[in-house]
Amino acid sequence: MSSTSAPLSPQGLSALEAPAAEGASGARDFAHYLVRKLAAALVSFVMLLVIGFIIFSLMPSNPVEALTRGRPTSAKQMAFLIRQLGLNQPVWERFLHFVGNTLQGHLGYSWQFETPVATLIAQRLWPTLLLMGSSTIVSIAAGMWLGIRSGWRPGRLLDRVSTGAAITFWSVPTFWLGIILLVVFSVGFGPIPALFPAGGMSTPGTAGGFTPDHILDVARHLVLPSLTLVLVVFAQYQMIMRSSMIDELGSPYLLTARAKGLRDAEVRQRHAVPNALLPTVTLIFLQVGTMISGAITVETVYSWPGLGYLTYQALQIPDLPLLEGTFIVFSASVIVFNLLADLAYRYLDPRVRRA
Amino acid sequence: MTAAASQTLAPPRLEGLRRFAREFATRPTAMAGLLILVAVAVLALAAPLFIHPGDLAVVNAPGQPIAPPSARFPLGTDYAGRSILTLLIWGTRPSLAIGVIATALTMVLGSLIGLLAGHYGGLTSRLLMAVTDWFIALPALPLAIALAAVLGQGDVSITIAIAVTSWPGTARLIRAQTLAVEARPFIERAKALGARDGQLMVRQVLPNVAPFILVSSTLTVAGAILSETTLTFLGLGNPVEVSWGSMINQALFQGAVTRGAWWYILPPGIAILVVVLGFTLVGRAVESILNPRMTTP
Repeated sequence: MSSTSAPLSPQGLSALEAPAAEGASGARDFAHYLVRKLAAALVSFVMLLVIGFIIFSLMPSNPVEALTRGRPTSAKQMAFLIRQLGLNQPVWERFLHFVGNTLQGHLGYSWQFETPVATLIAQRLWPTLLLMGSSTIVSIAAGMWLGIRSGWRPGRLLDRVSTGAAITFWSVPTFWLGIILLVVFSVGFGPIPALFPAGGMSTPGTAGGFTPDHILDVARHLVLPSLTLVLVVFAQYQMIMRSSMIDELGSPYLLTARAKGLRDAEVRQRHAVPNALLPTVTLIFLQVGTMISGAITVETVYSWPGLGYLTYQALQIPDLPLLEGTFIVFSASVIVFNLLADLAYRYLDPRVRRA
Repeated sequence: MTAAASQTLAPPRLEGLRRFAREFATRPTAMAGLLILVAVAVLALAAPLFIHPGDLAVVNAPGQPIAPPSARFPLGTDYAGRSILTLLIWGTRPSLAIGVIATALTMVLGSLIGLLAGHYGGLTSRLLMAVTDWFIALPALPLAIALAAVLGQGDVSITIAIAVTSWPGTARLIRAQTLAVEARPFIERAKALGARDGQLMVRQVLPNVAPFILVSSTLTVAGAILSETTLTFLGLGNPVEVSWGSMINQALFQGAVTRGAWWYILPPGIAILVVVLGFTLVGRAVESILNPRMTTP
């Protein structure tokens, strides 16, 4: 497993190891644990702000030049812009301004849409959540189903086929897979008719709202982008589930269960699976980073109006305030989900709670 | 020279290398991966011999736009009328170059931080590992996009972006191996003989963790090439350069998808897949040959 998990999920392993060392009991210890994890998340967030500030405020050699983008600008206008952007202030003062603004949700104005970045992000958040949420649910179901069965009987045909497929899909570039699905199922290829719409989130000209027609329309648009993400992501659930099933195979309690006379499927589902489930459950929270990367390219391929496609649109200019906004939102959500992973791990594993 | 003679004559390190090569050669998947890599490398190096700049120019391209495969263009043409096969061969160059250079940067940075964290324990180690863990947790693609966008379109910024996002894995690995090596008696001996920190790290620890750097680097190249194609697909590469990622981008946005032009869409993706597979196969093989060492300290 070491060889497969290393490229698959480096962050998964590190976070899985971390909380295992703690042993505590009682609500007071949980409070301590919570405070420590919250503090760590807070430090991560501050580091994120520092990195964001370095990348977007210190690294562009001349933000004013980037802002005017080659348009003729007089020296007076330049001086005005420099003052307006606060570039004449010392670095630490600019950093404090930046932190203050970010915490209040002022992420600046998009150069290309000429709208506040926060408004744009709020508009595009739901489509991304819908896409990521639906693909996460489907890939957990598919990955666990395959992982449980292939780990229970390693080396059998199902194991070899599903492991091979998982590794292949994992090494295919996401955007390329998306384009192939797009050509085959949306444009139609050979005998296959155009089954699904090519892009966007709904058919132009239809009314929105929670009418059955609109929901069905969005669902039809969701199928292909979601399928692309699932094909790329389910491999991780499958491999982790498979390897933790294999870890359980030799356990004495399985022998006990068999000795009680349980059928093989019962031994698997009622005894082995609950014990093997833990790493997979934590993985759900740690997959957010992978899902975000996938969402950026998949949304680009299908013009799905989410944060990923917004990032792609911002890149074409490049629209630095917008890029900065999406960068901070993406990274902050990963920090939040890592925190949730730590808490979920502690909640789910009694050995960690009362060791 | 007979095999027996070479075994007695070779110094220990060379002998280990020879044993490694023999074991490598007995694995079909490893040899297949190596074959892929050698073929691709030769193709990339020889490309300027039979591809002229005129073949890659968008203006006055030789063929019709998005024409299906023909005798003259075995893989058809792209949106500007250039031969896809030519573009495909030329595309190996930036992918390999960026993949390898970004990996070299990654290895230098990751090994340095891993060695320092493993050797000096205490506060240094905790600080360095906190930074490493933080980078591991951060989503790689948004960070790479942010860096590449700010640094401007081009190969250099993509290379830096990939290196900055991929070093933490190596640092973790090298730190763990440094700790394992430093627990062994010969380090104690070197310390007793008065070796200083720098000497210990460079002369004693580094040669022993070098195999792991090698394994990590072949697998990192695979990841780096995937990142490179993703970033060029998103339009962060050099806009006038031919690369697999930009080919796929053009196929998507210049009408190949609506025409179902499979000859335009399939080749660059398959090329990426084959190269990534080559590096992964070699990396896996090297890893599994060296693995027994991990268990016997």
